[in-house]
Amino acid sequence: MVRLSAQSRIIQAGFLLAMGALWYYATAVGGVHRLLLPPPGEVWKTFYGLVQTEEFWRSVKVTFWSIAQAYFIAASAGIIAGYILTRSKLITDIMEPVLSGLFTVPLTLLLPIFILFFGIGPASKIAYGATYAFFPVALNTIAAFAHVEERWLRAAQSMGASRWSTFRHVLIPSAFPVVITGLRIGFVICFASVLGGETIASAVGIGHNISLSAEQMEPGRLYAWIAFVTVTAVALNLLLSAIENRVVKRDRR
Amino acid sequence: MSAPDANNDVAISVRNITQRFGEAGSPDEVLALDDVSLDIKRGEFVCLLGPSGCGKSTILNIVGGLFKPTQGTATVAGRLVEGAPHPDQIAFVFQESTLLPWYTVIENFRIALKFRGMNKAEWDDRAMAALRAVGMASFARHYPDQLSVGMRQRVNMARGLCVETPILLMDEPFAALDEQTRMVLGEDLSQLLAARQKTIVFVTHSLAEAVFLSDRIFVMTARPGKIKTIIDVNESHPRSPDFMLEPRFSELRNECYALLRDEIRRTVAAQRDPQPAGT
Repeated sequence: MVRLSAQSRIIQAGFLLAMGALWYYATAVGGVHRLLLPPPGEVWKTFYGLVQTEEFWRSVKVTFWSIAQAYFIAASAGIIAGYILTRSKLITDIMEPVLSGLFTVPLTLLLPIFILFFGIGPASKIAYGATYAFFPVALNTIAAFAHVEERWLRAAQSMGASRWSTFRHVLIPSAFPVVITGLRIGFVICFASVLGGETIASAVGIGHNISLSAEQMEPGRLYAWIAFVTVTAVALNLLLSAIENRVVKRDRR
Repeated sequence: MSAPDANNDVAISVRNITQRFGEAGSPDEVLALDDVSLDIKRGEFVCLLGPSGCGKSTILNIVGGLFKPTQGTATVAGRLVEGAPHPDQIAFVFQESTLLPWYTVIENFRIALKFRGMNKAEWDDRAMAALRAVGMASFARHYPDQLSVGMRQRVNMARGLCVETPILLMDEPFAALDEQTRMVLGEDLSQLLAARQKTIVFVTHSLAEAVFLSDRIFVMTARPGKIKTIIDVNESHPRSPDFMLEPRFSELRNECYALLRDEIRRTVAAQRDPQPAGT
């Protein structure tokens, strides 16, 4: 990623401020009903009250623990499966289109099936998030290991490199940046799936609170939760991009 | 006087090699090499010269053990090559730089020496000596991407030399370089060789490069590749650029060209649309 200039940073900050101002304007002057969109001040007040409750922290814990478990499963299964598939060109050619085809199916359609299998608790959301995030990780891992430059492998072979040496010094460093990108995309998908799954069908967690607030006509609480998730998501994505840039830059010039 | 032991003089021996690519019997099947035999003596610099696609690189890859020929055998230092590299005998220098971009220059040398199972204590001494020989010692801590194409290829060549194998196989090592860099690197190579008793097989399609560097030039035919003629260049190493100004140099070059011209025409004709009959 290109390092952003100060100018771009100012424009980004300006964009956020404009969104906030628009929000305020719509509620204060624009006449948008507070049941549909409460003013920012009310949302902030509700949020402040919310973080003092035990329920808030219990929900946050359930959701983030679900995301962590789903992501661990998706990342390890995706990398292992992706790598093993690329050990045969034939299997790669057969399986790569199957996986990318499956990835285009909106897996949200299968959420009811996950609920049938794993129940209404966190387990179904973990399974759903893990399944969804598996695809970008596996697909990127396949792309990374299937397209290691032939000339590097040939050179290593001619120098008498063992299989392990070739893996350690050629395959891994060559695949690394692409795998890392897959891991970042996988995380974003995992985050969205677990929260989305919770919002559609759940008894606990942040998503459950969001849908509950909407049903109970409590817009302040609804937007407080949404704002919390938004800020957390942006912060996590910034963190992941920073890690990605760092390791990729260090590893491949 | 007893006859010299033939095996001691011959570094590389290729016997009746035929190479086909593509599925047998399919329209894609290509006969790349057709019953090629050749002997290369110890300490000799040999060029394989021929039109593109004539199988020059294929010979090199077979001798280096990167793959097995369809038929025939290759022997290196008395040992049969059976589709497996002999890194203790042979080093490769390829056309494109094969330096790994995630390692610095010196790390690339260490890896090469490690792959060949050299003693760790010797890695840096050997690497630096090879880099000094090509005038690149001050770039040891640079990454390949920070070097120009010419510098990269210089380093690439030094890496091939640092492992000190008796045989060096060079597959168009200077093809990606401009004419001037190419001549300078050619001179460097000639200098480096004078000091070491190496057997070199060098693939090229540059006539001047072939004449300037070789002891013998193996001129090949268009596909399917065969050895058409062997030309001797009687000139000791290291060769100075003055050699290129001698009438003998031009004569040899013209001789090569005369031999190659028909082959190049055949290659070009095969790549064109079929001509309508009777024209």
